[in-house]
Amino acid sequence: MIHVVAFYLFATLVVCSGALTILSRNPVHSVLWLILAFFNAAGLMILLGAEFIAMLLVIVYVGAVAVLFLFVVMMLDIDFAELRAGFVDYLPFGLLIALVLLAEIVLGIGIWSAGPIELAQRAGPVNPELTNIQAIGALLYTRYIFLFEAAGIVLLVAMIGAIVLTHRARGGVRPQNIAKQNRRRPQDAVRNVNQPVGQGVEL
Amino acid sequence: MTAFFNDHGVPYDLAWLLSTVIGILLIALPVMLAVAMLIYADRKIWAAMALRRGPNVVGPFGLLQSFADGLKVMLQETIVPSAANKALFLIAPIITFTVALMAWAVVPFQVGVVLANINVGLLYILAISSLGVYGIVLAGWASNSKYPFYSAIRASAQMISYEVSIGFILITVVLWAGSFNLTTIVESQKGYYGFLNGNGFNPLLFPMAIMFLISAMAETARAPFDLTEAESELVAGYQTEYSSMAFALYWLGEYANVILMCALNAILFWGGYLPPFDWAPLYMVPGILWLFAKILFFFFVFSWVKATVPRYRYDQLMRLGWKIFLPTSLLFVFLVSGFLMLTRYGGAQ
Repeated sequence: MIHVVAFYLFATLVVCSGALTILSRNPVHSVLWLILAFFNAAGLMILLGAEFIAMLLVIVYVGAVAVLFLFVVMMLDIDFAELRAGFVDYLPFGLLIALVLLAEIVLGIGIWSAGPIELAQRAGPVNPELTNIQAIGALLYTRYIFLFEAAGIVLLVAMIGAIVLTHRARGGVRPQNIAKQNRRRPQDAVRNVNQPVGQGVEL
Repeated sequence: MTAFFNDHGVPYDLAWLLSTVIGILLIALPVMLAVAMLIYADRKIWAAMALRRGPNVVGPFGLLQSFADGLKVMLQETIVPSAANKALFLIAPIITFTVALMAWAVVPFQVGVVLANINVGLLYILAISSLGVYGIVLAGWASNSKYPFYSAIRASAQMISYEVSIGFILITVVLWAGSFNLTTIVESQKGYYGFLNGNGFNPLLFPMAIMFLISAMAETARAPFDLTEAESELVAGYQTEYSSMAFALYWLGEYANVILMCALNAILFWGGYLPPFDWAPLYMVPGILWLFAKILFFFFVFSWVKATVPRYRYDQLMRLGWKIFLPTSLLFVFLVSGFLMLTRYGGAQ
């Protein structure tokens, strides 16, 4: 009973907040609706028993990706009149995308009603005793180890690429050298002078 | 507790709901009371270190100061700036406060005394604590004012930076315990060298304990990492435009987060509800008292640091997070997993 209520609650909220993500005029509101959609998707994952995926969804998407989205969108100078002005110009393009998506949905339903297809066989029998994390780990680090590590390398290359593209050496900056500061002792920096009255100090 | 209601003729669904609600209240109300008392304690400790008296007028020894402040704040007028985004402006403090309370759901107070004993407890805490930044960012943006906005930008960069190293630190603990469940993690810390309880006594995890304490301060934006509300630069940071109850919610949320981080320090590295020594008579003391003693100790450390350490500059904060904590915690993930491969999991094959 409570499962059914929870499912419809989460599912409705995902759909509604997804729609509001597109419909809201203010980009910051869009990002916030998107975050709500992520949250409710995580709730659906928990209902499926995939608690690990649910937590990752919240940590990665809500905790990191959406924060960066918000970070960028917050800085925009929002001009509401300009946002509305583009509506007619983009209408044909939007309709085209809508048509393509409609065709895909019709095709998908057609295939689904034609009969069940085995898209992917289970890689191996999953031991019901194992928790989510152990089951995923056991699969990821044995059968899919090559793909997993390759994905890691791709991400590493992308990260280095981003750093190389945006990094530029600036001249004229004097960054703080903390090791040098810590090595400095009072006797290197301070000198006590017993100065006669009326004379300057020779530095 | 579900079983208790079930035995007294309440149907299972209702019994479960009832016991969960009672459990939530049993955790949330004491946490709020603890927040009030710890704000007082924080002010007293801070005052003592500055050779001042601190609050001493309301009630005996000033004990009722926090409640008087709370009452005052409740009676004040809520002012919403006319240029603010009204809905978000009011939602932001609620988010901060709710998120600070939510994480307590998985904290084990004793063997089996936990609201939700879930497999992914530590991930849940990581997920919830990554939400804390929204309360601040939204406040900064919705206030439509310059200082809160600067503060929001600082907060999001700071929290993301330190969450990365916190994640790696947690992974070392998880590797050692072999589980994400907080109760299992606490139980796995029994009997170091036969008589000590706590991961902190493990030479491989002790540096992580220190780094976690420092990262916890950065994550909760406490001094010396309180760049988000640096009064000399940003007035009051993201709280600048807030007044009355909304302001109080930030205050409560901040301290609830601090207590949570103290509890996490105790649970992950210093044995949680276990006594510090693995000696039978010490187990006679209820575990919850040990946990409270450890939380109070770490809270004292937090106030001590707040009273004595000057605030970091922003580039120093970023340097510490990315250039020191991140590589060090990565190195320790490597060391811990290597050590466990050699000893516990049968070595190289």
